Amino acid sequence: MQPILEMRGITKTFPGVNALSDVDINVRPAEILAVVGENGAGKSTLMKVLSGVYPHGTYSGGIYYEGVERKFNKISDSEDLGIIIIHQELALVPLLSIAENIFLGHEPAKLGVINWFEAFARTKELLKKVGLNEHPNTLITNLGTGKQQLVEIAKALNKKVKLLILDEPTSSLNETDSNALLALLMEFREQGISSIMISHKLNEISKVADRITVLRDGMTVDTLDCHAEKISEDRIIKAMVGRELTDRFPPRNAKIGEPIFEVKNWSCYHPLHADRQMIKNVDLHVKRGEVVGIAGLMGAGRTELAMSIFGRSYGQKISGNILINGKPVDVSTIPKAMDAGLAYATEDRKTYGLVLIDHIKHNITLANLDGVAKYSVVDDLVELAVANKYRRDLGIRCSSVFQTTVNLSGGNQQKVVLSKWLFSGPDVLILDEPTRGIDVGAKYEIYGIINQLAEAGKAVIVISSEMAELLGVADRIYVMNEGKFVAEMPAKEASQEKIMRAIMKSWGKAND
Amino acid sequence: MTDISTPQVKPDFMRFVRSNIRDYALLLSLLAIMVFFQFNTHGTLFRPVNMTNILLQNSYIVVMALGMLLVIVAGHIDLSVGSVSGFIGALAAVLMTGTSPNPDLFTIPKFDFVTASIICLGVGAAIGAIQGYFIAYYKIPAFIVTLAGMLIFKGLALSVLGGASVGPLPATFQLLSTGFLTDVFDVQLLGAPFNLLALLIGTLITAALIYFNFKERRSQLQHGLAEEPEAIFYGRNLLIAVALIGFSFIMGQYKGLPNVLIVMFALIALFVFITTRTTFGRRIYAMGGNEKAAKLSGVNTERLTFWIFTIMGALAALGGLIFAARLNVATPKAGAGFELEVIAACFIGGAAVTGGVGKIVGAVIGAFIIGVMNNGMSIMGIGIDWQFVIKGAVLLFAVFLDVKFKNRG
Repeated sequence: MQPILEMRGITKTFPGVNALSDVDINVRPAEILAVVGENGAGKSTLMKVLSGVYPHGTYSGGIYYEGVERKFNKISDSEDLGIIIIHQELALVPLLSIAENIFLGHEPAKLGVINWFEAFARTKELLKKVGLNEHPNTLITNLGTGKQQLVEIAKALNKKVKLLILDEPTSSLNETDSNALLALLMEFREQGISSIMISHKLNEISKVADRITVLRDGMTVDTLDCHAEKISEDRIIKAMVGRELTDRFPPRNAKIGEPIFEVKNWSCYHPLHADRQMIKNVDLHVKRGEVVGIAGLMGAGRTELAMSIFGRSYGQKISGNILINGKPVDVSTIPKAMDAGLAYATEDRKTYGLVLIDHIKHNITLANLDGVAKYSVVDDLVELAVANKYRRDLGIRCSSVFQTTVNLSGGNQQKVVLSKWLFSGPDVLILDEPTRGIDVGAKYEIYGIINQLAEAGKAVIVISSEMAELLGVADRIYVMNEGKFVAEMPAKEASQEKIMRAIMKSWGKAND
Repeated sequence: MTDISTPQVKPDFMRFVRSNIRDYALLLSLLAIMVFFQFNTHGTLFRPVNMTNILLQNSYIVVMALGMLLVIVAGHIDLSVGSVSGFIGALAAVLMTGTSPNPDLFTIPKFDFVTASIICLGVGAAIGAIQGYFIAYYKIPAFIVTLAGMLIFKGLALSVLGGASVGPLPATFQLLSTGFLTDVFDVQLLGAPFNLLALLIGTLITAALIYFNFKERRSQLQHGLAEEPEAIFYGRNLLIAVALIGFSFIMGQYKGLPNVLIVMFALIALFVFITTRTTFGRRIYAMGGNEKAAKLSGVNTERLTFWIFTIMGALAALGGLIFAARLNVATPKAGAGFELEVIAACFIGGAAVTGGVGKIVGAVIGAFIIGVMNNGMSIMGIGIDWQFVIKGAVLLFAVFLDVKFKNRG
């Protein structure tokens, strides 16, 4: 059978990184293709190439759709041909109605005057097709996530969709809504509409997918036909994580002492949706000199956990206890958390970590200005000495500490963020994705810094999406999924398969 | 992504000029504008009486621009300063003269000017604090809060004055704006009395400034930090000396140094110190540069914002007092449009709309650029209509250059 879509030899590079190398995928008519892979395997990049977010010419390889080679320059080029992508973060305008959202940019209009009767009538039809019983005038903000997802699909149907792409469609849906959505996909298949479904939930994939393509490190590893044989989850997991441990880690000899940091029964809710529990009764402890890893997929709640602990900088209705050296401490504001000895280095250093328009010296002392000041007057020379000390100790490569941080490479920016927190003199450091987006050499240096911190008797928590990294750097690993800790294992006994299996087994159980 | 390490920077003349071109361009623009008007007003601009006038006319703008710079660097705006200064001027007049807006209902006791001034500064700070409270703790955009404040205090100024002008004010209070430092010498220069004290103070301040500059330069050299090429350093100090001593010489030919100039200089020095040397100032720049990062680094951004607006309120009050003392009467229209000149001064002076960037000295120079233009255009007989058009064009052009420089990277 002639495939409706073929992507051949797609290669896409970002400065210094090969996001996709020579990826092939194809989708047959009336088929559901599942695309699976770890965080950073290249799934989203591939879909952006397909939909025209990255225009023709910025990648190499060919896209053949309905038998013709296509060169999409913008999203509307692919949409006009019936390729519709629904993103993980829904792209609906919350304060407009269902009908207004469905027809946004495609309003049925004559001379710019919108024919709302027609829009309403067609919206009703579309809503019926996706099984959503709501009035077209209802505002999006009054709908739950599951229903919003259905509105997105109705919007896609309105554009005469032939190939529907769903990026993690059920990640924020409950069991009932997820099942309804999957049923809808199967119904579309009956009508001849193909779908590409990107998902981490292997149980759902085995329910609906006809074939499964596995991506790893920007390459197609395997395509499995679900009708030819019974595909076990283990088989998929192996294909997803079966990477050689090529990352190198500096040697470390841990001298682990008594617990110095404990989190008890920690819970927190979404900052905007008071009924959505993001962190569910988490218990955690870190010992002196220990590096503890928190593993999990994107959206598992790891950053939310860390930020809610660090001065309640995330969420609402936070409950639970924090103990440092066995004594309860108050971490209700960021200054209090810092006084208690906590430090949190963010995963998003450009948005939350650095003042990009300012230079290295000012960034390093920002969290501890009083440490370089007397009577609130900054001593320039003391500050300079501090900045130069960290520049030397952490090997920040720059022309001088007066260089603006926006011009630094990712690795050096991360070192500035680490310097800032080291200078604040914490006992417990939470490092969120400390090596995201930085090259291998700088990664090795960061691991070395983490080791030194542990050897100096600090407690270090490393949050990372790279399982290999956690296995190499941590002494003990917590596995997190859907806001809960679902497994805990010493790093010596852990493996990527074991972590992935713990995540896969836990889907849906957290809601019980 | 590999780490690119650039070699250690050596003091390099052109490189330094390029990276500091904004500061030089600003100063040179002020000089160019002054020379332009000196020429086009047939030498009136630099006359001692006119120079004194320019200072007195712009003192309250400069005072308010100091606070506005903090506000803008923090990433906010304050539209209410004109109305607040007008309201405080009205309040001062009412308190000092004991005029009740509605004598049938209540009377107002007459306060001496010191007590009245202190009350007024306190009320100004309280107004700023209230606005700051809504902005900092309820996250209502400063634009909205201060727009509301602009309307409220415009109305209150009218109400306090009962719709009429109140004056005259006590003679001792007027000295704030119209008084000069009394000369202790009795010197004649070319047959006219010359205020030697002005020249002496000017020379002393110049000597002190240059002493500190050299001290800092020495310490920079010791630590290998001197980025500024030697020629520029000496040239800059020479220019400062010529400008300051020349300026005090000109002032000496009229009545000497105005009291308000001393107040202004003291405040400028204080705010330069606050913004460049204190943790408070440092935190303002960090917050304006990236509020989220500053907050996550333990900066209490709410409290900081609150204090910035409180300071702004107090300075707006001081501006109102200076203006009332200058006019010797409080009118319902006082303060109208001040906010525009104050905000324009900051942006012409190089502050960034996005926050995190801006210098006190820049804002002061910006204020004087506007002041000299106002003065020069008036002497040239350009109508108020075209004055607005030209000032608007200058503001747009200055910010346009900023954006263009930035985009070129």
